[in-house]
Formats: sequence, structure tokens, C-alpha cells
Amino acid sequence: MLAENYTQEIEAILAKYPSDQKRSAVMPLLFLAQREYGTLTNEAITEVGELIGLQTTEVASLVGFYSLYHDRPGGKYRIQVCTDLPCALKGAQAFADELCEKLDIEMGETTPDGQVTIEQVMCLAACDRAPLFQLQGPNGFRYHEDQSIGSAMALIESLRVRGQVDRAHRLTAS
Amino acid sequence: MTEHIVLRHRDIERIDQLEVYLENGGFRAFESIVRKKSPEQVIDIVKKSGLRGRGGAGFPTGVKWSFLTPDVYPRYVVANADESEPGTFKDREIMERNPFQFLEGVAICAYAAQAEVAYIYCRAEFWDLTLELDRKIEQLKEGGLLGKKLFGSDFSLEMYTHLGAGAYICGEETALLESLEGKLGQPRLRPPFPAAEGLYGKPTVVNNVETLTNLPLIIDRGVDWYRKIGTEKSTGTKVFSVSGNIELPGNYELPLGTTFRELIFEHAGGIPNGHAIKAILPAGASAPILPASDEVLDTKMDYESVPEVGSSLGSASIIVIDETVDIAWVESKITDFFEHESCGKCTPCRDGTYWMKHIFERIMDDTAQAHEIDLLHTVGIGIQGKCLCALGDFAALAVTTAVERFRPDFDLHVQGKSSKAA
Ligand SMILES: Cc1cc2nc3c(=O)[nH]c(=O)nc-3n(C[C@H](O)[C@H](O)[C@H](O)COP(=O)(O)O)c2cc1C
Ligand code: SF4
Ligand code: FES
Repeated sequence: MLAENYTQEIEAILAKYPSDQKRSAVMPLLFLAQREYGTLTNEAITEVGELIGLQTTEVASLVGFYSLYHDRPGGKYRIQVCTDLPCALKGAQAFADELCEKLDIEMGETTPDGQVTIEQVMCLAACDRAPLFQLQGPNGFRYHEDQSIGSAMALIESLRVRGQVDRAHRLTAS
Repeated sequence: MTEHIVLRHRDIERIDQLEVYLENGGFRAFESIVRKKSPEQVIDIVKKSGLRGRGGAGFPTGVKWSFLTPDVYPRYVVANADESEPGTFKDREIMERNPFQFLEGVAICAYAAQAEVAYIYCRAEFWDLTLELDRKIEQLKEGGLLGKKLFGSDFSLEMYTHLGAGAYICGEETALLESLEGKLGQPRLRPPFPAAEGLYGKPTVVNNVETLTNLPLIIDRGVDWYRKIGTEKSTGTKVFSVSGNIELPGNYELPLGTTFRELIFEHAGGIPNGHAIKAILPAGASAPILPASDEVLDTKMDYESVPEVGSSLGSASIIVIDETVDIAWVESKITDFFEHESCGKCTPCRDGTYWMKHIFERIMDDTAQAHEIDLLHTVGIGIQGKCLCALGDFAALAVTTAVERFRPDFDLHVQGKSSKAA
């Protein structure tokens, strides 16, 4: 439960907005829920709504509107390659296609181990550093600029290894 | 230009550290206005400086502040750090490398507006940067530069960051305010403008990051100094983000009124691989494409001159396109962008961008009929002037002007061969 596990974080989020404008906290709370549950399931959405007195349907429409909330399961990590015009002029589409080929998945799909989803996104405000992608993980976003297929694959390998270690930990713990 | 106003980290090392920023005159401007000037006097200075909004519209900043409804409180200041225009990457550099000057700018704006709370709306991709801004704001509070009753006055100020979640339209100021209120990021009908009814229905100033970052030096060094830079009507410098087919992509801070030619060929190293320049997008996706003729290359990049050759300066994200590139393809990418980012609130924009995207799909796989190029143009004309916010017009104008100015690139597709393949 978010209310129990993140009491301090939730308080800090709510403190940013006037006490009669709790609704403003919905976006940061959705990121918090996404961090906790990975996917914004109906239950997660309801839980966020309850924290600030919003209907599930209202919160769900926000999840649908904003592209960085995910209500369908994907990889633990999302590699979001920018293929917008300035990057495309620098060969970003070929980079994205080759990455998919190396991973043996189509754009938008997830590797069979469930670790990495690959997506195309619009401009990330780093067009002078193409090709590039951002990595969306449970704890936010990180830029990876001036990439090559080699550097991207090395990062993906390290994420997959980390994922296997995490799983092994969970298995031995249970 | 020898000295930077906004990208001052390029002249002063470690200016992202508070002690270095303070050693270099940081927060002197903010302290002096809170101690010695009325909000009206500050608004007057900013009006006289000629500073115009750097987020796209170029609206005079001081004039905008003077529209705040009198005597209604609380008021809010919102820094627009949503930076999502394709080809724009200046606000990110400013906030990462010269963060305290930006935060001081927010503080100066808040004092002028008599707002005691300021929000910084950052796109979610700026996650780490936003966490860093939170730490910097904390440092300012510890240093007595933010908080209650500043410098012994009655003025108090709190600042908070707020993250978006992936929606280009939230850069439009009224959509941004909706989003900050926890709603769908869709533009509001105007009037009322934010200065009358903005965040939570209260008088609100929304300014771009670069606009705000200009303020400390304008206050500190004065209007006469500032007005010497740039042109009569477009004063000061601009950070030009240069991308695309260019030798040295990056940000260049130069006086407003610098020519495209000087920026592209003297500063940014020209076109790679010995190619010739073909076209320029002067404001990312949000202004008409210009053929790179001598007339265009010799045009001054300021708010008056770029419209004279048929486009606008916008956020000054200069995307350079060389002779090997097919303009039909460029416009198909731009149309994909707008179709994806249309918020769906009004029909001409939502359905029009969808329709244009489908025509482009046929053009790009060379299955379109000749009349479909005219159809594309007609759809674009049909969208213009019928939308709630500027996104719809940007999407339509991009296409209609490209068809008018680069028709041969489109025709090659309906004759069965594209210039890219040729
Ligand atoms: C579709 C659309 C997207 C916009 N995106 C941004 C943006 O990312 N950043 C920004 O500062 N202004 C953006 N603007 C302009 C804002 O609406 C607003 O004019 C600006 O924040 C005002 O600040 P300024 O006067 O300092 O430029 C956008 C406008 C439109 C119509
Ligand atoms: S013009 Fe497009 S983006 Fe703007 S409000 Fe209408 S549908 Fe939304
Ligand atoms: S187009 Fe890729 S970061 Fe801007």
C-alpha cells in the first residue's frame, strides 16, 4: 500500500500544493505508484484516486492521456529511442531499427525475459547528441546520449543481468 | 560575442555551485529589488529593457506582467520548463549548467508579480535535473534567499518543481496550467488569459526558462547595457539550438539579429560532407520551412525579420537540412509529430492531422495520386484559423508552405520515384 510504504513521500508531494488543491498531486502520485507496482493497474489507479479524493475513471483518463504512464505491462526498463526529425536527420531511425534487430524484437515489444521494452519517442531535447535514448525504469528517467549499437547493447546486457540477479534474490528470499 | 548572458557557465566555471554563483554577483539583483524597489518599478525596468518571451511567441515580458489583475491574491508564477519543441534543447542546458541564475530569475519575476509561490513545470524526461533543482532550492532556503520575510521585508517566496508526464501540448501555457492542476493537459479557451485567471483561477505569470534567466543581469547591469545588445525591437541575446545536417550541433548564444548565415557557417561549422544547404526550419516543427536562398541566409534572426521572409523565429531551434534530404519526408515526420501530439480537443486539429498523416503515408510509399498533393494542401488550409490553440495552425502551416515552396519534392513521389531514391 502506498499510504503505508510511502507516508513521507506522499506528505512531501501534498505539501507542494495549496491544501484545497490536492488534485494537483495526482501526477507525482501516479509516478510513485508506477515505481511501486511497475504497471498502473486498475487497483493502483483507484488507490491513487483515494489518496486525493478522485474517481478511478478520472485518474484513468489521465493515465491514458500522458504517454509516460503505463497501464499495460511492459519491460521493467523501457528504452525510448528518439526518432524525431532532428535525430532522424542524424540516422536515428537506422539506429533504432538495428537495435530491434539485435534484440530480435519489433519496435514496441519486450524481450522474452521481460526486462527491456523498446519504444520510439518524440524529441527529448537533446538533438545535438543523436543517436540517443532515455531509459525509463522504476526510479525515473536517465539520458543515454551519443550512443552506438555497441554501447546500447552493453547497457541492455547489464540491465538484463541485474534483472536476473534481482529475480534470484527474490527466489532465495521466498 | 565575447560574453554570455544566459549561458554564463561557458564563461564562469562551476557557476552551478551556489558559492561560485554568489561570488559572481548572484542574488544581488534579487536582494536589491526586494530591499529597494517596488514591484511596479521592476515591471517598468523589464518593459524598458525590451525583453521578449523566449518560449515562442516573443511577447514583451514586462507588458505581460502588467496585465495581472490588480488587488487579487494569491498570485502564482510558473516557469515553463516543458521544452519539447523538436530541435530545442536550450532550457535543459540552462537549468543543468546555470541553475541558480534561472532560479534567481524566477524569484525576480515572483517579486514583480507579487506571487509568494512559484512552480517550475519540467517535462518528466528532465527527472534527474528536477531532483537537482529541488536540492538547489533547498540550498537557497538554507541560505535565506528563499522562504519567509526575505531580507527583512514582508515578501515571502516558496518554489516547487512539478513534473509533466510526456505530452508536448503541456508546453502551451494554458494546457500547462490545466496539467499543474491535475487535469488533462488541454488548452483553455482564452480570454481569460492567465494574467487574469491562471493557476487555480488566480492571476498567474507563465514565462519560459530562458526569458527568466535573462532577468538577473538586466536588473544588475541595467536597461542601457541590455539594450545595446541585439536590435532595436528584439533586444538582448538568444540561445539558438542548432541541429540536423550541421557540422557542430549545439547551443549558440548570440545577439538577436545575427544572420542565419553567420550562425550556420561561422559558428556551427557549416554543412558536413561537402553538401549544400537546402532548407531551414527556424523554429523546430512550429514554423514554416524556408528554402535556404541567399535572401534567407542573409536574414537577421529576430522577431521582425524572420516573418518578412515567410516564417517566424519561435523558440529559435534551427534545424538545418541539406540537399540530400527529401522535403516531403521532412514534412511527413513533422505531420507524424503533430498528429501524435494533438490533444484531441478540437476537431479540425485532431481529424485534420490524422487525415494529413494518412495522405503522407501514401505519398511516402509512392502510391498517392497526383491530386492528393493538392488535397493535402486543401486539408491544411481547412485547419488554419479554426483551432483553439496554435498547435493546429502550426501543423497546417508546416504542410501548406512546404507544398508551396518545395512542390518538386512532392511531385517526384506521385511520378513514382522519390528524390531520396534518385
Ligand atoms: C503547442 C505549443 C507548445 C509550446 N511549448 C512550449 C514549451 O515547451 N516551452 C515554452 O516555454 N513555451 C512553449 N509554448 C509557448 C507558451 O504557450 C507560452 O507562450 C510561453 O511559455 C510564455 O513564456 P514567454 O513569454 O517567456 O515566452 C508553447 C506554445 C504552444 C502553442
Ligand atoms: S488545436 Fe489541437 S492541440 Fe490545440 S487544443 Fe485544439 S486539438 Fe488540442
Ligand atoms: S529530435 Fe531527438 S532529441 Fe530532439
